[in-house]
Amino acid sequence: MFPIEKYHFASSVEDAVQALAADEKAKIIAGGTDVLVRLHGGNSDYDRLVDINGLSELKEIRIDDKGTIYIGSLATFTEIMEHDVIKKHVPVIVESLATIGGPQVRNTGTMGGNICNGAVSADSACAALIHEFDLVIEGPTGERTESINGFHTGPGRTILQKGDLLKYFCIRKEYYQGFSASYYKYAMRGAMDIATIGCGAAVKMNSETIETLKLAFTVAAPTPIRCRNAEKAMENKTLSEETLQAMEKALEEDVKPRDSWRASKDFRLHLIRTLAKNVIRQAVENQGGTR
Amino acid sequence: MAVGQSHIRKDVRAKVTGKTRFTDDFSMPGMLQAKYVRSPIAHGLVKSIDKTVALAMPGVEAVFTFEDVPKTFFPTAGHPFSLDPGHQDVADRLLLTDHVRYHGDEVAIVVARDHLTAAKAAKAVIVEYEELPVCVTSEAAMAEDAPAIHKGGNIIKSTTFEIGGKIADAEKETDIIVEGTFSTPIVLHCHLENHTAYAYMDDNDHLVIVSSTQIPHICRRIVGQALDMPWAKIRVIKPYIGGGFGNKQDVVLEPMVAFLSTKLGGAPVKIELEREEGLVATRTRHAQTVTARAGVTNDGVIKFIDLNVISNTGAYASHGHSIPMAAGSKFCNLYPRSVSKFSATTHYGNIPAAGAMRAYGSPQLFFGVESVLEEVAETLGMDSVDFRIKNSARPADIISKTGDKEHSVGMIECLEKGREVIDWDVKKEKNSKQEGNIRRGLGVASFSYGSGTYPACVEIAGCRLILNQDGSVHMQIGATEIGQGSDTALAQMAAETLGIDYDAIHVVSEQDTDVTPFDPGAYASRQTYVAAPAVHQAAGKLKAKILEHCHLMTGEDKENLDLSGGKIIRKDQPESVVLDLQDLALDSYYHKERGGQLTAEVSSKTCTNAPSYGCTFVDLEVDIEMCAVTIKQIINVHDAGKIIHPLSAEGQVHGGMAMGVGMALFEELLVDPESGWIYNGNLLDYKIPTCMDIPDLESAFVETFDPTSPYGNKSLGEPPIISQGPAIRNAIWDATGVKINEMPMTPKVLFKYFKNAGLI
Repeated sequence: MFPIEKYHFASSVEDAVQALAADEKAKIIAGGTDVLVRLHGGNSDYDRLVDINGLSELKEIRIDDKGTIYIGSLATFTEIMEHDVIKKHVPVIVESLATIGGPQVRNTGTMGGNICNGAVSADSACAALIHEFDLVIEGPTGERTESINGFHTGPGRTILQKGDLLKYFCIRKEYYQGFSASYYKYAMRGAMDIATIGCGAAVKMNSETIETLKLAFTVAAPTPIRCRNAEKAMENKTLSEETLQAMEKALEEDVKPRDSWRASKDFRLHLIRTLAKNVIRQAVENQGGTR
Repeated sequence: MAVGQSHIRKDVRAKVTGKTRFTDDFSMPGMLQAKYVRSPIAHGLVKSIDKTVALAMPGVEAVFTFEDVPKTFFPTAGHPFSLDPGHQDVADRLLLTDHVRYHGDEVAIVVARDHLTAAKAAKAVIVEYEELPVCVTSEAAMAEDAPAIHKGGNIIKSTTFEIGGKIADAEKETDIIVEGTFSTPIVLHCHLENHTAYAYMDDNDHLVIVSSTQIPHICRRIVGQALDMPWAKIRVIKPYIGGGFGNKQDVVLEPMVAFLSTKLGGAPVKIELEREEGLVATRTRHAQTVTARAGVTNDGVIKFIDLNVISNTGAYASHGHSIPMAAGSKFCNLYPRSVSKFSATTHYGNIPAAGAMRAYGSPQLFFGVESVLEEVAETLGMDSVDFRIKNSARPADIISKTGDKEHSVGMIECLEKGREVIDWDVKKEKNSKQEGNIRRGLGVASFSYGSGTYPACVEIAGCRLILNQDGSVHMQIGATEIGQGSDTALAQMAAETLGIDYDAIHVVSEQDTDVTPFDPGAYASRQTYVAAPAVHQAAGKLKAKILEHCHLMTGEDKENLDLSGGKIIRKDQPESVVLDLQDLALDSYYHKERGGQLTAEVSSKTCTNAPSYGCTFVDLEVDIEMCAVTIKQIINVHDAGKIIHPLSAEGQVHGGMAMGVGMALFEELLVDPESGWIYNGNLLDYKIPTCMDIPDLESAFVETFDPTSPYGNKSLGEPPIISQGPAIRNAIWDATGVKINEMPMTPKVLFKYFKNAGLI
């Protein structure tokens, strides 16, 4: 039993937006893998729900003739992982989502929820950052598009406003074509866990030279982050102990891990350095380069 | 032969098809739900409680506080009653308290028409506290100026004993002495079924309690003590139970539901703990510090082992000092040719109350013993397995604490078998020169355990057998099936001795203290060992009655008759059937002059305690940079006497190994040392290993036949969990040269040690 005070089953995107705008305390429920856990714990911030599970248009996954990939905010992790377009063009999404929870959670949880709940540890966030997702949002004043860069503003916080509903993610061709990528989730156990540190890297190679690197981390700062200094350090470099060491040094400017009972700052920094090297190497190898 | 075969378990079809009913599956009209109001601080006094808002909520029946409960302190440990007042459990609980002693302690309880209303109302009870200083660690709790958690101070008991000689003499014969200090975490049981119980009154003075408990008969006695009621006016029913691992070898909810029902005119009242409550507000495994010292001669003979245990029992004593004491008494059987000295101190702390948990202090103790002995072997330059074989128990060594009985001992064979299966010598050679980030290591650790609690506690079991009209047999036992398979094992024994098919025995699985023969319950790996004599004797008696009735029917000399495969035969002509048991049964019931219902009932006491043995071998890989351990191969080898049901035995070992790996590498309840605040009282943050984390588990048995059991069996419930920790610790040392003297050896801990060692 859950202590639900108010429940609205949205009949359309507009209806959902209206319901969300009309109630200061309303929260969206999609897969429910976060909301119901919080409700079970008695958190009354989550007892007024707008259920978007009837909005089947938000489940769509497709690619258009310009090569832009669309992932509906209500598509479950499993649906995304099993979709041929995703497997073919952005396999790092599959790799990332496979680390989430267990099969039951992946069968009901959504990437929309994973990004919009603002979790610092969101397993899909690295993939979103390195492939520069756009987020198409419907709000009380109409539709707008926001970049994933800057979308997260703090732990559990995003730029979403009252009445906003994420409709779908877009991945433009220029942000995935020619890239290969990799993700590693470091956690205390092999499944059903939140990341201690998550690292994603995408590279575009010019034979053995890294033309472009995109490097992202979760739990390395108060939000999921891109590591611009580390990326710059690897630009037009080949993979070697020396270049990776320079990258590691630059990386220290990008990250800001915290000390907590879950893991010490020292340990997190060690993991950040270790994972950055390993994941970049793996991304290069995925493109046929030499580790 | 019914014993020794993997028959279909008695409960398995019903369990896998969802037909078994657990406590929570029962409901009664008008059943009320109760919810505790818990303390948000770890130590303090209640200054005031305001229940007006809660009481005004629709659906709330009552709110009780510490002011309303009997001022009778009661014990909760699931031990049989002791006639010796000095050996009785510490009575330090009230149903509710105004002196809260851990984060989650119980100050009030709300009763409402449903669970949700009760939960909301519990939140609406306003409690004011005066905070007291908090003692989380042993150092803090045992400091001279520590605040008293209970009247009389924080130290519950200190004990020292020596076995096999004097340590002072043994020290003189010793060439090398090695010492180390080892610490173990607070571990949680995490059984599938949460604690749940309900109570109602049958008439004006009889209470009925239905509970998920391992110990129905003990529960009856403790509820009687807590409510000051005659024990016989309390009836405890135990339906199928979804696991306990010792956490239900304690009386947790039963006195409260009983109290609430008496207060509410006998109405049925239920408490069903949420998972998060169950993790912190029931019982835990004791966190311990073990200082271990071992002395050997230059040729590798252990002369003494000296152990000193500090055990933090938390907010309430529960099983308290029994935990280190039991482990201390069981460990002495492993290296019995050396002197053993054992000292233990148990103290209170402002952390959740620790109680019984699978293997009852032994995983903690053997982490110290088998780690320090590994260092001895290393110092001597002896192979770890050879060193253990040289010193392990042999049959002639066992000086039984219980008298003159001889016991089976298969320890050396276990080590030999494990060494062979894991290919020890070849891998040792291969691993000898390793560099780089990824390294392999091998580890071994042994253990010894008991098969019950005698002579510390009484060992009593009961069995009733009834021949039904159709020739089948109903079996009632005091032994409680808690998933370990005792119903099946005991039915096999009865079938074996009676001479009827296993399928012809129906076990009445539910315990009901009004009708079930007396047995204190499932704990101490005692159930098949202690119930075996009762089953054996009852089956013998029933068989004699059957043959006697056959004699009445046929005039055949009963000395020449036997029962085999459900048929009465002549001993000298086994192929000729005298009577079908079914025909005999009908006659015994319905013949107008002769016979009667053929039954047999035996209550028996066991005054022996067979030592069981075994070891863990592990081959693992360490990724130093990633601070990660991957188990490549792990095997447990057991001497549990005769194996009654090979498939169940294997399952029991696998389950124990998985829990042991969890304790070694993953699990730990984290408490803030300053505030006593519990960080990870939920199953996301308390990391039980998932199936992704547990390697393939291998088990093997060295079958001995213990002469003290009619079927040759010894304990196997708890032993599988004991030796993974030290084996893994020794293997990590072998791989990296780094000794990790604390569990769990999580990545965080490995990071700390590897960094200190300059590896990263």
